[in-house]
Parts: sequence; C-alpha cells; structure tokens
Amino acid sequence: MKSEFTPPIGKISNVNGQCISLVGNDIDTDRIIPARFLKCVNFDSLGESVFADDRKKLNGRHPFDLEENKNASILIVNSNFGCGSSREHAPQALLRWGIKAIIGESFADIFYSNCIAIGIPCFTLAKEGIQKIQKHKDDNFLFLEIDLKKSFAKSKDLNFNLEIKESSRKMFLSGEWDATSTLLENENLIKNKFTQLPYTKFNTRLL
Amino acid sequence: MSQDTLFDKVWDLHKVSRLPGGSDQIFIGLHLIHEVTSPQAFGALKDKKLKVKFPDRTVATVDHIVPTDNQSRPFKDNLAEQMIETLEKNCLEHKIRFFNIGSGNQGIVHVVAPELGLTQPGMTIACGDSHTSTHGAFGSIAFGIGTSQVRDVLATQTIAMNKLKVRQIWCDNKLSKGIYAKDLVLHIINELGVKAGVGFAYEFAGPAIDDLSMEERMTICNMSIEGGARCGYINPDEKTFSYIKNKLCAPKNEHWDKALTWWKSLKSDENSIYDDVIKLDASKVEPTVTWGITPGQSISINQQIPLLDDLSPNDKLVAKEAYEYMSFKPGQFIKDTPIDVCFIGSCTNGRISDLRVAAQVLKDKKVSKNVKAFVVPGSEKVAAEAKQEGIDQIFKDSGFQWREPGCSMCLAMNSDKLIGNQVSASSSNRNFKGRQGSPSGRTLLMSPAMVAAAAINGKVSDVREFIS
Repeated sequence: MKSEFTPPIGKISNVNGQCISLVGNDIDTDRIIPARFLKCVNFDSLGESVFADDRKKLNGRHPFDLEENKNASILIVNSNFGCGSSREHAPQALLRWGIKAIIGESFADIFYSNCIAIGIPCFTLAKEGIQKIQKHKDDNFLFLEIDLKKSFAKSKDLNFNLEIKESSRKMFLSGEWDATSTLLENENLIKNKFTQLPYTKFNTRLL
Repeated sequence: MSQDTLFDKVWDLHKVSRLPGGSDQIFIGLHLIHEVTSPQAFGALKDKKLKVKFPDRTVATVDHIVPTDNQSRPFKDNLAEQMIETLEKNCLEHKIRFFNIGSGNQGIVHVVAPELGLTQPGMTIACGDSHTSTHGAFGSIAFGIGTSQVRDVLATQTIAMNKLKVRQIWCDNKLSKGIYAKDLVLHIINELGVKAGVGFAYEFAGPAIDDLSMEERMTICNMSIEGGARCGYINPDEKTFSYIKNKLCAPKNEHWDKALTWWKSLKSDENSIYDDVIKLDASKVEPTVTWGITPGQSISINQQIPLLDDLSPNDKLVAKEAYEYMSFKPGQFIKDTPIDVCFIGSCTNGRISDLRVAAQVLKDKKVSKNVKAFVVPGSEKVAAEAKQEGIDQIFKDSGFQWREPGCSMCLAMNSDKLIGNQVSASSSNRNFKGRQGSPSGRTLLMSPAMVAAAAINGKVSDVREFIS
C-alpha cells in the first residue's frame, strides 16, 4: 500500500502505470473487501484490507503482496469483476491501495458505476488482450500508458485499443465523473420533475 | 432498443435531463438508506456544504450490523454501536424518517419498505445495497447504488445513469408442489449465468410469475443482481395492488383511486419491444441447491455436481476454484451433504411466508443434534406476525434459535458467522467465498423449506419428502 493517498480530482485524460494482474472470473466485492471491514464510517483505512482473506490464504504470494507489484496502479482482471454487493468500499479499497485504472474482460454493473463515480476509469479488452498482459513476463512487469482521448494503451512492445462507455470517457475528460455539481446545475428541472410525477400528488409526503 | 415496456415508461417519466456526457439524469422517487453505505455519503455532503434536497423522500432503517441475540444499547461491538449512532445523528440532523430498533418497523430495508407500503408501482427506488432490485416485484424500477451515488441522491434526488436494456424472462406453466420462488430464481441464474444480466433490466413474466405471491415475487426480483442485472421487475397486477392497500404509507381514499388508475397504465404494452426474450418452463424446476462459489453454480437436488468436461470453457475456471474451495468432487451428489449450520432469514427469504413454509416442515420435528439452526425474521413486523401465529414456538420447539430482525449471517457483519470450514444451508442470496463470516466457510443456497429439511436430517435433503 502506498503511504500517501491523494484522491483523483478533476479531468482525467491519462493514466500511466505499472500493471498488476489478478487472474479469475466472477471475483466478487466480498472478496475485494470482506464484510467485516465495512464496519467503518469513512473509507480511510480500507487500502490495507483489500483482498484480506485471499491474501492471508496465499501467505505473501498474492499479487497485492508481491514486492514487484508494490508500485502498480493499473489492475488487469478477467470477466465479471466486482460482482455481488454494491459496496463502494470495494473500489475505494482498490483506490487506496494504489489502483488508478482497471482493464478487464468485463465488469459488474454496480461496481463499474462506483468506479466511475470515484474516478477510476474501467476499460474492457477482449480475452486475448487481457491474457497477453497477464502473461507478460519480459521484465517482471508491464508499464502501460493509457490515453483516454484515444481509448488506447501502449507499452514498449504492446499496443491495445481499449473500450470504455462513451459517457464515462466524456465524464473523465471533462471532470464530470464527480457528478454532484453537474446534477445540481439542473436544480429547476429537478423541482419541475418532482411536481410532475403522478405519485407526488397522491403521496405528497412519504409519511 | 426496448420500447413501451414498463421499464421504458418509468425511466422516461423520471428522466430529468440528458447530461453532457450522454448519461441520463434520473429522479429517484424513493431513497432507502441504512447504516453501512450512508455515513460516508453524509460526510461528503458536509464536505461539499450541501443539504439533503428532499428529506421526505429518504427513509432509513438499520439492518446490516445489528446483533440478533442481544439488541440492548450500547451494542457490545463498539464499531457497530458507532455505526448506528452515526445513522441516528445523520437522520436527526437532516430530518430523515428513521425506523430504529424497537419502533415496530425496523428490519431489513428490503423487507421494511414493502411492508410499510413505501414501495409502489411506477417509482424509481434506489438504495446503497445491491438487493434493492427486490422492490421491482411491485413494478417499480429499483436498483442498488454505491455510496457516491447515495451522496448524489441525498444532495439532488437524482443520479447519472445510462439506460439499461430490457430482457424479458418468460416463465411458462407453474411451479410444482414443494418448489418455491427461490428454486425458480436459482434455476434462472444457472440457465443464464451470473453475468448475463450486465447492462440489462430483467422483466420476469409469464404464467409461473403471475401465479406467485408478492413475497415470492420479491424473492425473484431480489436475486436479479445475482444474475448480473442490477434491476429486475414484474408488471403490477391485482395481487400487487391488494398487497399495498391499507399499508401505513399507501395512498388513502380518493388518492388510492388515482394511484390505482395510474398503476394500471404502467405495465408493459402487449406489443412492447424487448432487447431480448428468454423462455423457460417453470414446471421443470426441481428443488435447487448451489454447490459452488457463485449463485449460478447450482443443481437440482437429485443431480450430481457437474464434471469439468460438462461445463463451457468460460465456466471451467470458476468451477475448478469451487471444487477446491467447497471440497466437493466433480460427479458427487449434492443430496446427503452433511450440514453444520442452518440459517433462515435475509432480504431474499426472511418474510412471513418464508417462515410459514419452513415452520410447516419443522412442525413436530427436531433439528439434528449436529446442526446449529437459527431463524432471523426479516423485520420487527415479520417477527410480531410470526409470534401471533405461533410460528416462533414451532421453530423453538424444533430446536431452532429464534432471533431478532436483521441481515445477520447473510453477510455476517454481526456476530452470526460460520466458523472454520463449516457448511451452511442458507436461505440467503450469496455463496461467495467467505461470505458468511469465515474465510473458509461454505454456503449452500436453497429455499427456506429446503433449509428446514436440511436442519432435520443434518444433511441436504429433498423437502418434498417432508410435505404430504
């Protein structure tokens, strides 16, 4: 885990970093951060607990414990990563460990939106590409430069066209992934919508 | 692209704007909060100097961390106490209605909102919990969100979201005797896979769905997320309306008539267009049990755990992981697997009808001496109703421990946990590695009736042998 944590802020157009591979399909958010670590009223200390049970079992051999990965920031995963619980603690734990972007075969819906909402771009890449990165052994690690404008990742000897939802890409480039202020700009529209909804007339107060 | 489905109608109605990035800004009609995923959202509001925009449209309860044995305050667990205190403080400060322990209405958030009549057709409902899809049983569009989106709902009553595609899952015929909604939804997830629903809302329809009670429909929609769909729904019908009628927060008098007229207009049109349609035969569903580490890894009670060669290439990796973690051999029968712990409860199967069915199986029977069995009612209302009907006594007489309402061992954030590599028969929704509190604990998901049967025999059993 990195000693100093600075949350992402504003426009995100590039992520450059070393890759860390985690092989496996359907890795759920209970595994990313077991429920006992959710007993907290802030996210500050989650980084050290990421994959706590998996890491304990592998006794130092888990990718998140390997010395060669300690500066990694781009997580490479397989299919349906982040399935299960909606706990934002999962991407928050990854972020606090040092992950700045994720490339995977596919992501679970809620996990994906949570990542976008906290400034972690998630890209998809076909299985062959993912496996190429996961098997890359040339130098102990692969350093990727990701360009969000072009949805393109390059390294010394490998290049990939990445996919990302167009709305997410635009939000990162404009900084609007931190959505609250953008949503608030439509304050009048929100009020109008509230009064137009049929059920606010027969349920003016919920209670 | 789907057209004229209930999902389309409700989505379009709640669309506030198209955001610059291309997502939709969606108004949230009902926001439910609990102690685990809300404190950081309130913290963020404070940091941004924002207020709760529509405090009347957020309702809170406490469920994940509550102890189920001794609920006196302060809780023995300091962290749990800190979390409930934080929620109490936040609700007080922001004038949010909070159903606390002892109010008579506390319980698992997805049990409480429907029984209060808060959950209604045509609403958008969001909660920082993936099983929010439960509320879709009423023809609402309901989905789980993360804490940053909880913050957005509190601050703006809206979220940014891309419209989902719609897949209709048409269930023909009817479930046979001794087969329950849980069996059907496990079967659906097994057929379609755990990630087929990514990017989709699931519309459950057909004679088998029409035949289900509202509580059974909630079980189906609850587990949509286990199939990858963050939203699952069922078109509202007379059963829906009569369930809501006279509930505490249901529209009353002339408002009821207006509500009813509107609700009836919401269902998917006969010639609506879906992005995908899947048909299956509900009469072929058998009592279903999971054998692996995802809710998609299930088989019928009389089947063998699949061989690696029988699985598609994509499923092999997780199957290998599952054999090892569960200590099961490919080809082994699931029936007669010894059970250590039986858990009945959760937002999937902790409602009064679930308890009734389990109690029918347990009546005049005893829990095997090798099994620790406990039942956690989904809410204070469920518990009260069960006591009135004498169901609590049936459970106690059989050897089940009768507990106080909460999420309990579905995710084991309180002291209800598996120990070591114990095997549980559980009426909950997830069999992930470590889900029930022990990093090597093993979970077999099944219907509450099947859990009751497993408790009596001390091993995985066919509940049909217990019911005449």
